[in-house]
Amino acid sequence: MWKFIAKRLGSALAVLFAASLLLYVLVINSGDPLKDLRESNADNREYLMAQRVEYMNLDAPWYGRYWDWLTGASKCLIGQCDLGRNINGVEVSGLLANAASSTLRLVVLATVIAAVLGIAIGVLTAIRQYSGLDYIVTFLTFLFFSLPVFWAAVLLKEYLAISYNDWLADPQISVGTSIAIGIVVGLVLQMFLGGSLKRRGITFFASAVFVPLVLQYSLWLNFYRYPQMGPAIIIVLTALLALSATAMSVGLKEKRVLYPALITVVLVLAMYYATFYMLLEPNGWILFFGLVLAVVIPAAIGRFMGGRLRKAAMSVSIITGVAGAALTIIDHLFRAWPRFLDVKGRPIATIGSSTANLEGGFWDHFLDNGTQLLMPTILLAVISLASYSRYTRSSMLEVQRQDYIRTARSKGLSERTVIFRHAFRNAMIPIATIAAFDFAGLIGGAVITERVFGWKGMGEMFATGLDHVDPAPVMAFFLVTGTAAILFNLLADIVYALLDPRIRV
Amino acid sequence: MSTTNNNLNEPQNLSSVAEVEDAKLAQIHEKPKSQGRIVFDRFVSHKPAMISTIVLIVITVFAFSSIGWGPFPGWWGQNYYHAGAVVDGGKPTLSLVPTWLGGEGFRIGEHPFGQDSVGKDYFALVMNGTQKSIIIGVVVGLVATVLGTVIGAVSGYFRGWVDEILMRITDLFIVIPLLVLAAVLGKMAGASTGSIITLALVLGLVTWTGLARLVRGEILSLREREYVAAAQAMGSKTSRVIFKHLIPNTMGVIIVNATFAIAGAILLESSLSYLGFGVKAPESSLGLLISQYQNAFTTRPWLFWWPGMIIVAIALSVNFLGDGLRDAFDPRQVGKKRRRRAGMFALPTRKEKP
Repeated sequence: MWKFIAKRLGSALAVLFAASLLLYVLVINSGDPLKDLRESNADNREYLMAQRVEYMNLDAPWYGRYWDWLTGASKCLIGQCDLGRNINGVEVSGLLANAASSTLRLVVLATVIAAVLGIAIGVLTAIRQYSGLDYIVTFLTFLFFSLPVFWAAVLLKEYLAISYNDWLADPQISVGTSIAIGIVVGLVLQMFLGGSLKRRGITFFASAVFVPLVLQYSLWLNFYRYPQMGPAIIIVLTALLALSATAMSVGLKEKRVLYPALITVVLVLAMYYATFYMLLEPNGWILFFGLVLAVVIPAAIGRFMGGRLRKAAMSVSIITGVAGAALTIIDHLFRAWPRFLDVKGRPIATIGSSTANLEGGFWDHFLDNGTQLLMPTILLAVISLASYSRYTRSSMLEVQRQDYIRTARSKGLSERTVIFRHAFRNAMIPIATIAAFDFAGLIGGAVITERVFGWKGMGEMFATGLDHVDPAPVMAFFLVTGTAAILFNLLADIVYALLDPRIRV
Repeated sequence: MSTTNNNLNEPQNLSSVAEVEDAKLAQIHEKPKSQGRIVFDRFVSHKPAMISTIVLIVITVFAFSSIGWGPFPGWWGQNYYHAGAVVDGGKPTLSLVPTWLGGEGFRIGEHPFGQDSVGKDYFALVMNGTQKSIIIGVVVGLVATVLGTVIGAVSGYFRGWVDEILMRITDLFIVIPLLVLAAVLGKMAGASTGSIITLALVLGLVTWTGLARLVRGEILSLREREYVAAAQAMGSKTSRVIFKHLIPNTMGVIIVNATFAIAGAILLESSLSYLGFGVKAPESSLGLLISQYQNAFTTRPWLFWWPGMIIVAIALSVNFLGDGLRDAFDPRQVGKKRRRRAGMFALPTRKEKP
């Protein structure tokens, strides 16, 4: 194993070196870095040109410039990065740190959302192959594959962000619209939940009646400007989640899984009251510590009460605990929302990664970052969600054709056990490697999203760098994405070997 | 056997069970079909793929015949370089909503897609962009497919150091993100000549890697087959073994990936044009049209909608076409059969319960 990793790392480093050389030569030959100064009429033109030549070391031959860059970049291995200076003489290392943090914020969230939702949709469509749901989802995935990103982004800005902001200024939904929404929700829900014709009918009618009533009630409460949840709703939602997670993993009959999950629900309520005043004005550390608690305590409960089923008990309890914690946070966000609307009238932003000079406390900044993140995240998530659901679907179908699945069915296991215990686990092996590639690819692929939404991330650094024929930022971008690609490739191989005992390295 | 075959229509005359079974088998194998015929039949019965084929043909015919191409004149009366008077704010005159639905009835009018800010006919502009996008897609698809197939086949057939070198070169192209490499090369191509064919060739040079890996994998397993050993033993030249025996057997993978490469190329070109590293101003493409008019969205939305819709239509149909081809080439494909359905959370539905 170690020999394999060392060999792969060695050849990967060689490839990275060759690629950096290739890219460097291509970039410095792609245009004239002094073009804008040659055409300018400024008095100090000669001085500016001399200054830029000095910044970019243009007098040196190309191999000399590359060598300078390489020695600087290789210092990264000992923690003293020197990635050169950009066209304006600014140290690129400093720029890179800011750009990378804003890109990571964008990409990590989008990847996680896309992976979770995409896998869920993929499994569902594989289970119901050739159903109406399958056809619709297939069509939508192909549609998302075929969208030019920036075109979709402009539509998203116009129809989602701007019209939501307009609507929020005076939230009104007419009775006719709410009935139409109810019917659409009913149609979608009955398709997702499935079952016999009678059950689908009940689902449809229940939601077609229930949703319009809820919409009108929420308007009456002025929910969209003054949202509120409160402990009662938190507890109901958490309990529902606990029940359905139990039903999905082992079935409601298994008390050894159900009871730890329900105890976690009670603890969530207790923690809600215990932390209420602390969470009115928290900081990042408190939230992080709370998240750790929300994982550790349920895990301990599940571990001690689960007995034979401790693994399932632990995961169900952790899901319940984390969801309870998330709902508690959402409750506090709801409390902060009206105040936030006072400082930022049109909440869903279309440009930038944060509002400049925003006043307010922790939650206001939290909401501000969140609302700025919303649009690009939706865009990135929708596009990679399409590929996740497609891969999961074909992987699930592939696995379901195999003999051991037929064996599992024929020995009388329930469909739930067959799908989640036998089929799903093996279908996830190729998905784990795809997720690794996808994450590495998204860092480089967010160039357009960043440009459209005006984020000062790494993609923007690359695009402006290339525009000015400025190798330093382009190479810094490549250093990060190339290293990420190699590391995640290696990680994918190792994960594959660990998950699939048939693979020996 | 021959008697059984003659009695196919009257199975009641058969005396033994074995003969009945024989008759059934004979009936199944009644019409032998060639491999190509089977694939074609499967493809024709794939409805989305057939619809996409028709859509693609219609778009292509419209794009090339309406404003003409090269020396051939088109039937559309206006061209994309003449500015004129802006009529009615340049609004599109196309209307498809019949009067009884509250629309203006069916009419095409003078400028069906509207006019741009200087009064050029937008239909002609969009058709010109469509032509260029289709040309780019096809050229990129061709170059990438040929390169990928040859490199993958050579690498898989010879193995050893040839494979090692070619695959490291492939890795080189995979380590640099596609968009980055394409942007740098696109900028260089734009700086030197600015023609779309150069851009397309350059894009083809960077998009072959995925296919090369796939073809290499296929060839690695195919070259161990007996018929390849037989061909080698009979003294076939290496090139003959590769091009006559190995590549035709990987045609399925190659064709399917070529279609996806075309869709990918059209989208890649639009992204590059948006970033300013792709098609440059005197030339035109759908991506360039969108990026030129994206700020006109609130005032003249049609300038933004039409090129985008056409890109989506082309890419969507090419993707569906590729999907249909993949299904058609898949030997495991057996007719559509509904699986047993699972209910919510995969809990057994009522029917399944004992």
